[in-house]
This record gives sequence, structure tokens and C-alpha cells, in this order.
Amino acid sequence: MPIDFLYPEYEVIRNPGRCISCRICERQCANGVHLFDDKTKKMTADESKCVCCHRCVSLCPTRALKIVKTDHAFKENANWTGKAITEIYRQAGTGGMLLSSMGNPEPQPIYWDKILINASQVTNPPIDPLREPMETRTFLGKKPGHIERDAQGNIVPNLSPQLALDVPVMFSAMSYGSISYNSHAALARAAAALGTYYNTGEGGLHKDFYGYGPHTIVQVASGRFGVYKEYLEAGAAIEIKMGQGAKPGIGGHLPGLKVGPDISKTRMIPEGTDAISPAPHHDIYSIEDLRQLVYSLKEATGYQKPVFVKIAAVHNVAAIASGVARSGADVICIDGYRGGTGAAPTRIRDNVGIPVELALAAVDQRLRDEGIRGQVSIVAGGSIRNSADLLKAIALGADACYIATAALLALGCHLCRTCQAGKCNWGIATQRPDLVERLDPETGYQRLVNLVTAWDHELKEMMGGMGINSIEALRGNRLMLRGLGLTQKELDILGIKHAGE
Amino acid sequence: MLKEGQVRIPAGCAISGIFSRSGARTSGEAIIKSISTMHDRSNGLGGGFAGYGIYPEYADFYAFHVFYDTQAARDACEDFLEAHFDIVNLSKIPTRRHPRITDEPMIWRYFVNPLHVKLEASQLDEREYVARCVIRVNDQLEGAYIFSSGKNMGVFKASGYPEDVGAYYRLEEYSAYSWTCHGRYPTNTPGWWGGAHPFALLDWSVVHNGEISSYDANRRFIEMFGYKCNLLTDTEAITYIIDYLGRRQGLTLPEIAQVIAAPFWSTIESRPAEERARLTYLRNAFAPLLVTGPFSILVGFDGGLMALNDRLKLRSMVVGEKGDTVYIASEECAIRVIEPSLDRIWAPRGGEPVIVTLDKGGK
Amino acid sequence: MVIQANLTHFKTLNEQIRACPDADITVGCCTGQRYIASGMSGRRITVHGTPGNALGAYLDGCTIEVFGNAQDATGDTMNSGEIIIHGSCGDATGYGMRGGRILVEGDCGYRGGIHMKAYEGQLPVLVIGGQAGSFLGEYLAGGLIIVLGRGVGGLPPVSYFCGTGMHGGKIVLRCDEAPQGLPRQVLVSEATAADRAELLPHLEAYCRRFGGDAQALAAERYFVLTPNPEAGYKQLYTFN
Repeated sequence: MPIDFLYPEYEVIRNPGRCISCRICERQCANGVHLFDDKTKKMTADESKCVCCHRCVSLCPTRALKIVKTDHAFKENANWTGKAITEIYRQAGTGGMLLSSMGNPEPQPIYWDKILINASQVTNPPIDPLREPMETRTFLGKKPGHIERDAQGNIVPNLSPQLALDVPVMFSAMSYGSISYNSHAALARAAAALGTYYNTGEGGLHKDFYGYGPHTIVQVASGRFGVYKEYLEAGAAIEIKMGQGAKPGIGGHLPGLKVGPDISKTRMIPEGTDAISPAPHHDIYSIEDLRQLVYSLKEATGYQKPVFVKIAAVHNVAAIASGVARSGADVICIDGYRGGTGAAPTRIRDNVGIPVELALAAVDQRLRDEGIRGQVSIVAGGSIRNSADLLKAIALGADACYIATAALLALGCHLCRTCQAGKCNWGIATQRPDLVERLDPETGYQRLVNLVTAWDHELKEMMGGMGINSIEALRGNRLMLRGLGLTQKELDILGIKHAGE
Repeated sequence: MLKEGQVRIPAGCAISGIFSRSGARTSGEAIIKSISTMHDRSNGLGGGFAGYGIYPEYADFYAFHVFYDTQAARDACEDFLEAHFDIVNLSKIPTRRHPRITDEPMIWRYFVNPLHVKLEASQLDEREYVARCVIRVNDQLEGAYIFSSGKNMGVFKASGYPEDVGAYYRLEEYSAYSWTCHGRYPTNTPGWWGGAHPFALLDWSVVHNGEISSYDANRRFIEMFGYKCNLLTDTEAITYIIDYLGRRQGLTLPEIAQVIAAPFWSTIESRPAEERARLTYLRNAFAPLLVTGPFSILVGFDGGLMALNDRLKLRSMVVGEKGDTVYIASEECAIRVIEPSLDRIWAPRGGEPVIVTLDKGGK
Repeated sequence: MVIQANLTHFKTLNEQIRACPDADITVGCCTGQRYIASGMSGRRITVHGTPGNALGAYLDGCTIEVFGNAQDATGDTMNSGEIIIHGSCGDATGYGMRGGRILVEGDCGYRGGIHMKAYEGQLPVLVIGGQAGSFLGEYLAGGLIIVLGRGVGGLPPVSYFCGTGMHGGKIVLRCDEAPQGLPRQVLVSEATAADRAELLPHLEAYCRRFGGDAQALAAERYFVLTPNPEAGYKQLYTFN
């Protein structure tokens, strides 16, 4: 046992001069860190249980608490870091695969931060978005490619089903089960208020949210949880989940413990049973099978819904996307390797896949090379952190972006990356009723609307600065971007010039 | 934009085959009808056919089918062929104009035999000599590509839906005892015709459905033996593997199947001792040639046809029999459409080859 | 109404079926048309010939009867209804099926009944008259798979990796000996009286369609595969 002892990663610092032993921290911590000592009448802490989620810190009325990273350390070693050593101990002790949550936290390059945005000076005017028209409305879906006219010479509206977005941001898939009812309620309401869409994830659609159907993308994943006719027809679009950026190539597993009565109904599986999503769709082993699933969904819904296909950004993403574009899909969603998740094996999360910036650039260029870019829209996700990332993605070629981690942060997530434990103190990644009720859907909805509205304003400011007053003129406009500190190879893949060029 | 061979392009597909054990030769119309029912398994970016027994009047000559991008490539290739072969006949391959088949290269056919003196000097077995010459042209002569090089057989392929490709090549004018066909669903540009299936070397021809996950492990091994995987396609690698194991290592077809679609260890362990030892030996001796990931393939060869699924059977394939004719296709409907009343129809298990050959006295 | 499919494209054929007001529709000369009756409810559809892949996908209460063999992904994500196949079926039959019943007179390809799941009153049932390919009932989460092994001579009518990752439901095999080499997630036992009682209505349905004596069939020897609660996935991970 002593070999397995791991010194707690965080220390709970309590200022005794401020602590009034009100015991709020104790009640707020689902992990059981804080305890009131009856003998001494003082608060104590078991920091070994602390996940650094800041719930206690945020709610402490006297600001008596802070959480700091411990300075207890292994002997310094650039190769065998403390992290590497403790992971060995964990696995030697349990024989388990390392499991973690949310996006890849490793210090790998973030290309968004090495791309700079242009602005107009002298040769054409910038535009003031607060006073002049500035358009960010976006349509997702297949473009017709040819014009048809009726006998009178009028244009026949031969468009495939389209989704209209008032802002080029959607909330990406997070299942009911991985996140709470109240989180879904907030996302659904916000999507409707913002004129955009949220995504059910693979856990089905709760009966209470059918009313938000026109702002809902219903997902079909390999487990087919909650997938039936009414569900397929409830949404504005159907998304086939082939992969997820945080864990390309593997399935998912919602433990039976989290499958309570409500989730059971939504997923359409018995209470308390494991919900296992196989790694593949077992009816898709090849590209022509994807076409089969796309068309089976279109047939089942009378060709009324656009079909999205979400893939993880992997090495061969451009060729895969080309195949997807030819499969009848209306929208391709590319999820980069920094995308979040409720639980993923650490090694997969941190080592499999590629950054969305490179994947997006490669896919957009490939589809243009093949002359089929108009057949599909592209949605990029996998760590879009702010409006500048959003703008850069659109300039690289995305039609819109998916956000999820940013949305959870807006709801109160503090990125403690412990979703897998199911004890989220912020009421997000949990199914415990007492924790879920901490997230007020009304507040959550308002904060999501605030976030996206703020981004939209920033997007418009930046577009205006470039002299662009409509999102179409930004899309794929890579001349508006320059790289900073990138190699020629990286610039070539991104299809941008270096700053100063 | 990079073309096939400069970049690896995965593809999915449909396959179909018809084989007459008695050697009765039929025109290409039935196979075209068969593949056309699986239209939705292809995307119009590649289709092709292989027919065996189509050149009885030149049965003892290697029939080279060649694509040329330019006249200069043709001149260079013909110089090379003249230096290494006795060319007894050369002509354009007859085609008919087709609205959906475009960007055609020059397509020529040569009936050849190795120049005796050159063959002697090379100290190679005749087939090895021919194979090396074909690989050399394809690897080194820019714009020339020999896509068929067997005796009394030929490959016909193009960018397009297979039924259109069949019409383009006027396959109703050829008679074969064995036909295989492929409709391709590549994830790439309407690029180069050479990338379509079948892929062929000598009298081997392979059509394939699926994307193998072992590709580069297989490729890097097989290239040690003089093969050059110019197209970077699965089919090309599989063809070379089969040629290497069959022609150069002398394995039988069932043994080849046990190498490339080797049973799982748990399955091997459940077999009787002698078979277990043999399977263990094969899997171990040719470990780099285990092919993983989905595939169903039809391997045509002189006098026979082999169908094989990957060991997990990740692709569909059914086999039907009627009299002495055997039908193999990705979907049952592709067989029923040409032969509604079959004597027998079944789906072979993963990794278990179906091998059909001409009856004695057939052909 | 009778619709002759012949070489009609699936989209046209399915539009004709959807547009047809009749409750009873016969599709003749079917030649691989996909998605027949997908998501459909309240109809009775009879198919002659070879229906294409994804027959009855998301089926929601229809009855489909096929005189011929079915191809791959029959009854994919089916919710309710019945599919009767006078013949055999291809791979991935009943994938993710949640309710209803599929009766297959003959054999079933690879991955039959994979990831079937039960829910509230819904219990998906797959009855295979002959034998099944490898990976039968992989990830089985609920429902009932019955393999009758007709023509197999008492040998286990399944192939390799039967019930891999099974965590719910039940697989019942008619055979004289228990199958060997089952994965550790699976427990095997001889059928009890309760198991036989559960089988009976489905055997009756099978015999009604394809002939045979259900009572006699129910009295034969069966082995029942259920998930092993000790071998779940809980031990697989350690929090990091």
C-alpha cells in the first residue's frame, strides 16, 4: 500500500482569520473534502479528495478558501515527470486503463494562437458594425449546383433541406447522461433564443425538450440509444456520429449507475443497465455503408432533414471527408483532438487525432480541389475557445463552429476534468438530483445567450475591421489570415501566408 | 492536386464475379447487369472488369493493356517493349463513345512474348521476367501504365460507374469463362483510370471491397521483394502479396488465405494439433502479410477464381451456384438479377476462401 | 396493391410504397432495393424477390414478410413490428433493435442481434431457424435471441465469439452440447422450465410460419447464455 501513496495534487488553504465555520463548503463539496471537527469546532479538509473545481471557493461567504497546487514534488526529472510517475503508480495498483475527462490538456501547439487576423487600412474602409449592417446569418446544407426553371422561366427552388443559423455557432453534442437535465434545458432554451441549434448527443431526446425540436440536432450514434421514428422527426437535422475528437476510434460507456429513471426513458434502455456504444456503427464498415445509413435516415424522414456526419480529425481526414461528401451527407462536422468529453482513456485523448485547425484547412482545400465543396457544409469543433478562434475557423473554410467546452464553462464548469466521477459540484456532469438542482436553467440559459451574443459582437467587430460585412465573404477567405512562427509546411497545410508576406 | 500514387486514397466498393466450371464462355453483358444492381455501392469514380479466356487466338502470349497519358509516353513504352519482347500484335483497344466516360487516356493492347535472348541473359524464370518488366514500366515510365499483363485474360477499367465502363469497352464483344467486376467508391477525385479495379499482375487480377488497416505494414514488407506499390491502393498490395506467396513462395490458395486472413489465435488453439501447428507456422512465418480491416476480394487466375473475406467478415459477400456456374457478389440481388433460380446460395465465413476451378477438360 | 419493383431505383419504389393508401402492399420482383418500409408503421408489406440492405430500418409497427432471402442490416434499429423471412438473412440483422420480432426461417449471417436492447414493455426477439455466423449477440443489452439449429445435427448452431461483450438479454441455442470457447462475459446453463415457457410463444410463431411442432420443439434440449454479472467493465478503468 505505501508504494501507492500519492500525495494530493492540490492543497486546501483556509484562512483561519476569515473562516466562520458556516459549513457551506462542507455542504457544497460532493467529494467530501471539507469536514467540521466537532471537538475543535473548526473546519478541516481532506485534500486527497479535492478535484480543484472551485465550488467551495466560489461559495465561501468570507473568501476564506483557496486551492493551490501542491509544491510537494518528486525529484526533478524532465523525462520521468511527476505526472508520468503517478500514472505508473495508478496503473500498477489497479491494472486499469487511465480514464480522464474534457479535452487534451497537454502543451501541444495551438494553431489558432499562431494565426493573425487582417484589418483594412487606407485601401478599403473598415466598417462600423454598431451602426452599419453586418450579417452573420449562415445556411447549412447542400447547395444545388445547377439552376432549374419551370415553364414560365421561374427558378425552381431545388435546394436540399437547409438549416438557418442566426449566428455561426452551435452547441455540439453532449448526451443527456453525460450532462444533466438542467444543462440540456439551458442549452435548448439558449439555442432557440439565439436562433441556432443544440445537439442531443447520443443519449436520445427527453420528452420535455421535444418543443425545442426546431432548434435541435438529434444524434444517431453506434449505440442507437433513444433512436426511433419520432425522435428522428423531432429534430431540425440528424447527425450521424462516426467519431469524436477526444476519443477517435473508440466507443463510449455510460455506467449503469448513471442510468436513472429519466435517462432510462430518454435512452430507451432499462434503469441501471450499462449504456455501451460500440466503437463502430456495426452497419458501417466501409464508405459505401455510410451512404446506406445516410439514406436510410433520409428515407425514414422523407428527405426533410439535413443529415450531418460528424468525424474525428484523424490523419486521413481530407480523404475521409471527401468520401463523406459523396455519401449524401449535407454537412460534415470535424472534431479536433482537443475536443472535450465526459470520459475518455487518457492515452487516447492525448495521443490520437490531429488539431482541428489543420484538419479543417485540409478538408476545405481537398473538397475545393475536387470541385465538391458546394455539396456539403463544414462545421468545425474541437476547442473553439473564443470569437477569434471562430473567425479564424470560418476564414479557413468552416461554415460554422460547434462549441461545447465553452458552453459548459458558461454554465459554471471550472474544467476540473473529473466528469467521469459523476459528482460534478456545478450540476453539469452529474445525475445526482441534489447536484443537478444547483444549475438553474434560467441562469444557465441567460449566460449561454450572453456568451454567444458577445462572440457575435466580437465577430462582427473583427469582420468590420477587415471591411467585410457579410459572413459569406469571410468564409474561406484565407488571405485574411497570416501565420506567426509557423514552418512552411504548417503554412502550406493551413493554406495561409506568413505574417509580413 | 495529387493523383493516385502520390497520395493514398481509401475506397469502398461493390464486387461481382461469374465463373463457368465447364469453361463455357459468355459475353460481358451478364456481369454488367449484375454490378449495375449495386449502383449505390459505387460513386462513379471507378469501375472495371477482368475476363479470362477472352483471347483464345493469342492464348500463348502475354496480353498487355496499357494506358498512355501522352504520345511521348507511348513512344518510350513501345521502345522498352520492343527491346524486351517480341510483339506479335498491337492495336488500340476498341471503345465506344460514352457520355459519362470522359478524360480517356490512349488505351493500347499488345500481345507479346519475352525476347528469347533477353530472357536467357536475365537468368530469370519467364514469368518473373515479365513481372519485372511490367513493374519497371509502371514505376519508371512517366505517363505509361500497364494495367493488364496476363495470358488469355484482360482487364478493362476506367473512371466511371462500372456499367458505363463495361459499355465503353464493348464487353458484349468478349467471351470469358470467368468474369470479375468492381464498382468503386473512392474518397477522392475523379482522377486516374489506373486507380480503378481490378488490379492485375500476370494472370492474377484482384477486385476488392473495403479499406485494409494493415496497408503500410504489408506494403513495406512486400516491397523488399522487388514489388513497387505505385498506386498506394489496397488492391495493388493484395495482388503483390498473392503473387509473392503463390508464385514465388509456392503456397496453395487455401494456404495464402490462411496467411492473409489468418484465424485468430483463439481459433487456432481450438483446432487439432496438426492443423494448429500448420496454422501457427503460417501465421508466424508470414506475420507481416496478415491483412486486417475489412475486405472482400475476388482473385482471378488462369483457370480459377478465389473469393475471400477478412477474418472478421466485415464486408458482405454471397456465393450462388447454378449448374456448373458459380456467382459471387457483394449482395444477393446482384446474383438473382442474372440467375433468379439458383441451386444453392450461401455466405462464406470470414477467412474461409471459396475456390473454384475449371473442370478437367474445361476451357 | 401490388408494386413490381424490378430495377426501379429504391427512392422511387419507396415513394410509391409511402404514397400507396393501402394497408396491404405487395412488392414483386424485388431486386436489391434498399430501405423498404424504413420507419414505417401500420402496414403489411409482402416482398417477393431479394429486398436490399436495411429492410425495415427503424421499423415502427409494420409487418414485413419476405419470400426470399434478406440482405444485410435487416431491421436495423427496429422499434416495433415484425419481419418474417422465408429464407436466410445477411449480416447485422436486428442491429440495435429495441422491440418487435424478426423470424428467420433459415440462417443468419455475422453479427446477428448485435446490441439489441429491451426497454419497458418492449422486448426485441430474433428467431433464427438454422444457424448463426460469428459475433451473434455481441454487446447484447437486452432481448431474446433464439437459434434453432435446424439442419445442424445437434451441434451448437453458432460460430466464433458468440455473446462477446454481452451485458443483458438472453441467447438460447438448441443443441446437444454447450458451445465451447464462449467469452468470459457469458454464463451457460441448460434451459429451465421458465426459459421454455418464454420460448414457447416465439416457437409457435416460427412453426406457424414455417411449419413444425412448437410443443415438440420446446421440449428439446436448449442452452441459455446470459451475461456474467462478475465480468462487467467496471474493473477496466482507473481514474486519472
